[in-house]
Amino acid sequence: MENEGKKKIWSEYQKEIANDHFFYVRSCIRQSFYPGSEQFFLDFMRNVLGKDVYENPSHTTCTGIGYHGDIVPLSTIMTIVARHFALMKESGYKNIAISCVTSFGIYTEILETWKHFPDELAKTREYLFKATGREFDIPENMAHTSDIIYKFRNEIAAKAKNLLIDKKTGEPLKVVEHIGCHYAKMFPKFGVGGAEFPHVLSGMAEAWGGEVIDYPERRHCCGFGFRQYLVQANRGYSISNTAKKFSSMMPYKPDLVLTNCPGCNMFMDKWQYTIKEMEGTAYGTNGDSIPVLTYEELAGLVMGYNPWDLGLQFHMVQSEPLLRRMGVDFSREDKFKTKDGRQMPVPENLINA
Amino acid sequence: MEKFGFTLTKARVIDYDRNDHSIVDFIMEREPSFKACIECGCCSATCTTGNFTGFSLREINVLLKRGENDQVRKKIKKCMLCGKCSLVCPRGVNTRNVVFVAKQAFQKFDNYAV
Amino acid sequence: MTGSVVVVGGGTAGMEAAGQLAKAGLSVTLIEKEKYLGGHLREWHHLFPDRRPGDEVLSYLKNQIIHNNIRLLTGEGVEGFQKRGNDFIINTRSGDVVKADAVLLTTGFDLFRSERKEEYGYGIYDNVITSSDLEEMFHSGEIMMKNGEKPEKIGIVHCVGSRDEKVGNLYCSKLCCVTAVKQAIELKEALNKCKVFCFYMDMRMGGALYEELYREAQEKYGITFIRGKVSEVGVNFSKRLVIKAEDTLAGRPLKMELDLLVLMAGMEMSAEGLKLAEAGKLEIGENRFFAASDNHFGSNKSNLKGLFYAGTCTAPMNITETISHARSAVSDIINYMNSDRK
Repeated sequence: MENEGKKKIWSEYQKEIANDHFFYVRSCIRQSFYPGSEQFFLDFMRNVLGKDVYENPSHTTCTGIGYHGDIVPLSTIMTIVARHFALMKESGYKNIAISCVTSFGIYTEILETWKHFPDELAKTREYLFKATGREFDIPENMAHTSDIIYKFRNEIAAKAKNLLIDKKTGEPLKVVEHIGCHYAKMFPKFGVGGAEFPHVLSGMAEAWGGEVIDYPERRHCCGFGFRQYLVQANRGYSISNTAKKFSSMMPYKPDLVLTNCPGCNMFMDKWQYTIKEMEGTAYGTNGDSIPVLTYEELAGLVMGYNPWDLGLQFHMVQSEPLLRRMGVDFSREDKFKTKDGRQMPVPENLINA
Repeated sequence: MEKFGFTLTKARVIDYDRNDHSIVDFIMEREPSFKACIECGCCSATCTTGNFTGFSLREINVLLKRGENDQVRKKIKKCMLCGKCSLVCPRGVNTRNVVFVAKQAFQKFDNYAV
Repeated sequence: MTGSVVVVGGGTAGMEAAGQLAKAGLSVTLIEKEKYLGGHLREWHHLFPDRRPGDEVLSYLKNQIIHNNIRLLTGEGVEGFQKRGNDFIINTRSGDVVKADAVLLTTGFDLFRSERKEEYGYGIYDNVITSSDLEEMFHSGEIMMKNGEKPEKIGIVHCVGSRDEKVGNLYCSKLCCVTAVKQAIELKEALNKCKVFCFYMDMRMGGALYEELYREAQEKYGITFIRGKVSEVGVNFSKRLVIKAEDTLAGRPLKMELDLLVLMAGMEMSAEGLKLAEAGKLEIGENRFFAASDNHFGSNKSNLKGLFYAGTCTAPMNITETISHARSAVSDIINYMNSDRK
């Protein structure tokens, strides 16, 4: 019964995802916290699928963190987003591919605002022109990059070297999928599969052999929440939300958490360390914590990329238990070496290593 | 552990299944009219105590039914048992006796003199 | 008196009206799209407020339509109609043409499709069912979870698809509160050990004997009423349902595990009714039901002279109201035949 009902919902939330010629906009924080993710996306799209993905060096932050942190006004962020659309127009692209869920939410919210309040669109055009002399078009197609990986999930499965299957037992790995709030909760129609039973990540996990688990707090926030985290005194609120989620998923013994949002990935990864330090709780099996991976990192592992090239060593919770279960080859010695073989400092007290 | 300048907090959620329902069962058995309460608030509106303190019999009724006994124990002490609430209850609940029996229940199950 | 009337829809309103029109001497064609007459009434095991078997009302209605003046067309839909002068020409789906002096639409309602409230997981979680599914269980006498076990803890959600802007239904379906109370009592009777919790926004017990039933549910059956609508359903590790609601009177969120969750699905204008409205340029209201020409003294009249409405195609109604509404339509039709039409 379960899957039939879900399939019905998924069929109602199919969005159009462009096939080629993407104007790629990066995330502010993923490049530093999970640097292999965007790298994989570009390599996969350009070199494996042969797609045209263009990056413009003048692209900046969308200021989403400032907007949600109450320091950037709406008219400002609309003008900044308009500037990105102008860069896209100048570079001759019509399909935007957005790496960050916060940005994706900002872009969808702004486009919907302009649709319902054309005066705001006119004002934004004026602000942008006065400030920069630029003009812009509304994108023809807008997709989050997890939408794009979802679209090509079967191509990835076809090239799979390591499926999401326990090498020893042959059992599928248990995957917790966590969708960023701003991906579809504001506008379910813009998310693959909608907001209550999203398919964007579960579709990938299933295509790659894993088993997706549904647990009571599946739809709960990761605990990021912007201003709830930015002020130190508020962080107890943020981490309590994360603890609520992890205690809810714990009985299922998940092998990994798969996310599509930079903030979720960061908080579900780093707060596990903090909770362990504060209370001694580890949510995985055998005293381990649960590795939290981006969809690009997981796609890379499935396709047989070197885990250290994917940047898995830069997570707070290390992925070795997962790599062993999947049967991924990895070298301990190379873990903290640079591309040209120099040894980097090794962090102390790594979790799961 | 106050290592990072913040701590984990317990969720505000009423965890119905974990809560203890022995107090409310005791009351329902001895004062069955309590079952008919529809939480209209007439009792609280007319309550002398409620006008000057945070005491609300309506709230106490709800909390008892959800098994939120820790919340009720102290609050219920404020009632002066004047009976004005019973006078106005549209559902004929013997509210005064509800307070009375609740106090008995706390004494019996919790060894908690109220 | 003489004359002919086509009644579209063989549910409670259509059957009652057809019977009354026939008795008045008019010749009636009663068209029903299903094979059987009775409409939604057939789905009800017991009716509120007195828990009389639905079959009793159904046999009354079946007796009503045993009359020489009534021609029955079951398993037959209406494609459209035209008005030429004072005459109506009705085209059936199988290609028949029926002429009539007046038309009565009793096209009824469709049950709200509960899967549209995605947060409840109807069609996804095994033990989330609708009020209609539960009536079926009462019919069969087997109230059980998917795994065949008897539920011990049951939740009921009021207002599913009613008073909800998200699904485009701003109105109250009126019957769901009392249905919830009736079904809660019946669950309690069928499964002595079970606990039943009703999650409501407002208890709308406006009908005759409804409030009394509500009180009985509390006092005699110990059913718990929690003011706050469920807004998320999931399952936990032991496959039990977990619901999230706000206990608005305690001012705090509440979570609870349940074996079975029953959704009180609301009423919507029927798809058939909407098709006829479009085909015949009949006015519909904001709630998409047929708009009566006057809220107070023309609740059976349409914007088209000679075309009348009765029952739940105009608004949510219970059986008592539907039967009264059908009779008042008959009185309007007789007046029309006697004076207006001439």
